[in-house]
Amino acid sequence: MAHAFTPGLKVSRKAVIYKERRLPLKGEVVCKVGDRVKADDIVAKTQIPGDVETLNIAGRLGVSPEDVKEYLKFNIGDKIKKDETIAMTNGIFGYFKTIIKSPITGSIENISEITGQMILRYPPKPIQIDAYVDGEVTEIIENEGVIIKTQGTFVQGIFGIGGEVRGEMKMAAKSNDAIIAVDDITPDCSGKILVAGSFIDENLLKKAVTVGVKGIIVGGIDDRDLKKFLGYDIGVAITGSEKKGITVVITEGFGKMNMAEKTYNTLKEKEGQIASINGATQIRAGVLRPEVIIPDFNLKNEELKSVDSSSGIQIGNIVRIIRSPYFGLIGKVTNLPPELLKIETEANVRVLEVELKSGEKVILPRANIELIEG
Amino acid sequence: MSNYEDIKAIIATDCGSTTTKAILIEKKGEWYRLIVRGEAPTTVEAPFEDVTRGVLNAITEVEELSDKKILEGEKFVKPYKDKNNGVDIYISTSSAGGGLQMMVAGVVKSMTTESAARAALGAGAIVMDSIASNDGRHMHEKIERIRTLRPDMILLSGGIDGGTISHVAELAEVISAADPKPRFGSTFKLPVIFAGNNQARDIVKENLSNKTDLFIVNNLRPILERENLKPARDKIHDLFMEHVMAQAPGYKKLMGWADVPIMPTPGAVGLLIEKIAHKEDIEVLGVDIGGATTDVFSVFQGLFNRTVSANLGMSYSISNVMASSGINNIMRWMSFKMDEKDVRNRIKNKMIRPTTIPQTIEDLQLEQAIAREALRLALEQHRDMAVSLKGVQQERTISDTFSQSQSGSSLVNMKTLSMIVGSGGALSHAPRRVQAALMLIDAFLPEGVTMLTVDSIFMMPQLGVLSKVHEKAAADVFDKDCLIRLGTCIAPIGNAKKMGMPCVSISYNDIKRDIRFGEMALLPLKEREKVEIIINPAKGFDVGEGPGKEVVKIIEGGVVGLIIDTRGRRPFILPEDDKLRTDKLIEWNTELNVYPKI
Repeated sequence: MAHAFTPGLKVSRKAVIYKERRLPLKGEVVCKVGDRVKADDIVAKTQIPGDVETLNIAGRLGVSPEDVKEYLKFNIGDKIKKDETIAMTNGIFGYFKTIIKSPITGSIENISEITGQMILRYPPKPIQIDAYVDGEVTEIIENEGVIIKTQGTFVQGIFGIGGEVRGEMKMAAKSNDAIIAVDDITPDCSGKILVAGSFIDENLLKKAVTVGVKGIIVGGIDDRDLKKFLGYDIGVAITGSEKKGITVVITEGFGKMNMAEKTYNTLKEKEGQIASINGATQIRAGVLRPEVIIPDFNLKNEELKSVDSSSGIQIGNIVRIIRSPYFGLIGKVTNLPPELLKIETEANVRVLEVELKSGEKVILPRANIELIEG
Repeated sequence: MSNYEDIKAIIATDCGSTTTKAILIEKKGEWYRLIVRGEAPTTVEAPFEDVTRGVLNAITEVEELSDKKILEGEKFVKPYKDKNNGVDIYISTSSAGGGLQMMVAGVVKSMTTESAARAALGAGAIVMDSIASNDGRHMHEKIERIRTLRPDMILLSGGIDGGTISHVAELAEVISAADPKPRFGSTFKLPVIFAGNNQARDIVKENLSNKTDLFIVNNLRPILERENLKPARDKIHDLFMEHVMAQAPGYKKLMGWADVPIMPTPGAVGLLIEKIAHKEDIEVLGVDIGGATTDVFSVFQGLFNRTVSANLGMSYSISNVMASSGINNIMRWMSFKMDEKDVRNRIKNKMIRPTTIPQTIEDLQLEQAIAREALRLALEQHRDMAVSLKGVQQERTISDTFSQSQSGSSLVNMKTLSMIVGSGGALSHAPRRVQAALMLIDAFLPEGVTMLTVDSIFMMPQLGVLSKVHEKAAADVFDKDCLIRLGTCIAPIGNAKKMGMPCVSISYNDIKRDIRFGEMALLPLKEREKVEIIINPAKGFDVGEGPGKEVVKIIEGGVVGLIIDTRGRRPFILPEDDKLRTDKLIEWNTELNVYPKI
């Protein structure tokens, strides 16, 4: 099957990266094509409609819905302040009036003659989006946002939690297979993004949050620890909105997993530089993987590579094994037999042969490896 | 498209959330037969973001395996020229990109809202939420909910014809205030279908025609005693194509390729299940366990129902199966010890790399344990939805006093059920067919006498859509290549005080066998072989005619054989003691030859 391959996670020192920065609703773009932007610069802004509040005017005044309008002090579209009188009955000889006051400051959106309900809306909330990475604006999405081009180091993780943060890179682990200790997270880690080797647990995460670490990049984590840290079990892999005070990028998977050497070494070269990271992961409906971006504008054009290109598996490719019994090991593809083969489970599948670092050659279903792409 | 009679070769694809499956069907003599099947990862997601890449890859595999030229670059070679060149039609189904996600709204939760949910489910949608005038939520909470969920489409019902207008108006006001935006394509207006009280149409138009793309169809519950779901379902299908699919990456191109409209995968499978039930005049339960969702279809008392458990599946949603069932319920099906930490990590690793497959028996057993729980939970949800119409007044005579069923009771009855049809990767691709049979038995706990079948290589979606274009081709392939009869399962209802007590005696051909309580037995009975069987349950056990009553009937064999399950029903309980439980699992697995010996 010439076309069958599993796209791998990208790890590159010389990547060209395009980031779309889009508003959730239409608004105003505040930069133009060609502008150089810093990560903190605002590129677009808008106002999202405020929340609504409903008032059963007819019910509270004790009148029929079609008569409600007679008692109103405001019209649709009017602005209103909290505790201003919205509606009032005439009462008897001016007494025993029923008065309805506005529960909010906002505006009147609708009054229904059928249901007697009034819909009030809070004032709109301003929202802004920043550039997230240093770079150049290459495209304007009219009234919605921009595309920013940057270049430098780009590392994709497999799973993460927490949203976009920026900070200085610090290698907390001495090697890709090391496990850091709670005491390794010292006060000088505050505001930084740590590279933590093969494994972190709940205690490490808690300590990092206490110290003020902005993000952690690590090979693996036990699901049990993640559950304890979050306080709930992740059912469907849609993350990024966790508010735990830290962003985590897992590069390999669940369990103790040595970070791929290439990933570790790539990050090590960038120690001391500012990285933009995002833990947001979505496996379904528009795959989104967590990422680490460290811009480098000293790279020459001819050195750069687009991260969107993907090629098929070929003999000689370096791959990561992504299922037991060899999960987490890295090896080189040595054979791609075309015929189906019966594996231990008795399923007939397409396989490939991978030579592990130890020199051992193993046969694996093609579905159980991924390319380490650069 | 070629003339109906001239069609000699058909290529059909199903774009699932994980893989795209292609099948090639050709006319051989009088019959249409499956020639080969190919598959490739679905490419709706980044980095490809073009569903047609996966379709081309899957068809390329079909080309390689069949030595037939189907594609010329990105164009189909049409029409059929000879066995090595060309096809006549191309058709497809799709559930990629999260399928069709809808919200429904109605006046009374258990009446019009439930009917609206049934219409949406029957059309192949996932119902994200049902909003009702009486669901206990405040108006602003409902508004907030619609805004946050961002459905692909909303189905608004409410009021029988000539009934309440004010409640329908309130629902329309809620939708209008939410000013909902569709999931895909921020420049489009959200499609809203109104299928409620015909007297409320003007009010609904007034509220919604500016803010949404409003469509009006006939009331789906014109009177309390009757549902009329078809107009709403048909409209959902149209809009699925025009609005939802057209926004997903690559679908515009795919729609251009297909000779008939692309159907939502579950809609196509449902169509086929309905056809089986009506053709054989039997009660059928079908299940399709996918990567993201599990669909259950049933026809009981002649009524078709479909439910979708949106977050129960074997890849993207696998972790949610664990969260919903609890890890102990998964581990109870495993005949060996595995550390809980290890189980959790394996499940999460499958979630983040959903296309991997089990390579070891241990991993296979774990995945099949999870599949049992996903199936069990999906059936539980189906029981709650597949109910008789609520709110209907029933006339009763004195003779009904002891046998009356309430309106709104579940239609699902395992005792009267004749056939279970399993579909989806976990069942269709189980390395041994007996594994699929046992997963179905453990998850659904059939009672009495039930035929177990699976979709051989998971092609019911393609055959469903094919049945709309070419009924004979779909029927031929379904009977000869698709439906694999696993065998009949006999499961007496009841429990004995302890294991080993007499439970049931059976005799057919020259075979006579007594099976004791707490056992599983596998007896020979080949595929398409029919025999008369005499089943004598012990006192207190029921196989369909009442406790202790003999049953004589014709049963059919299958590729697995005849399975006798005397582990008890109502309730079915696995031993609590770990050692006893694993011993029993090993005993049953050995008797049925479920896994290879390592």
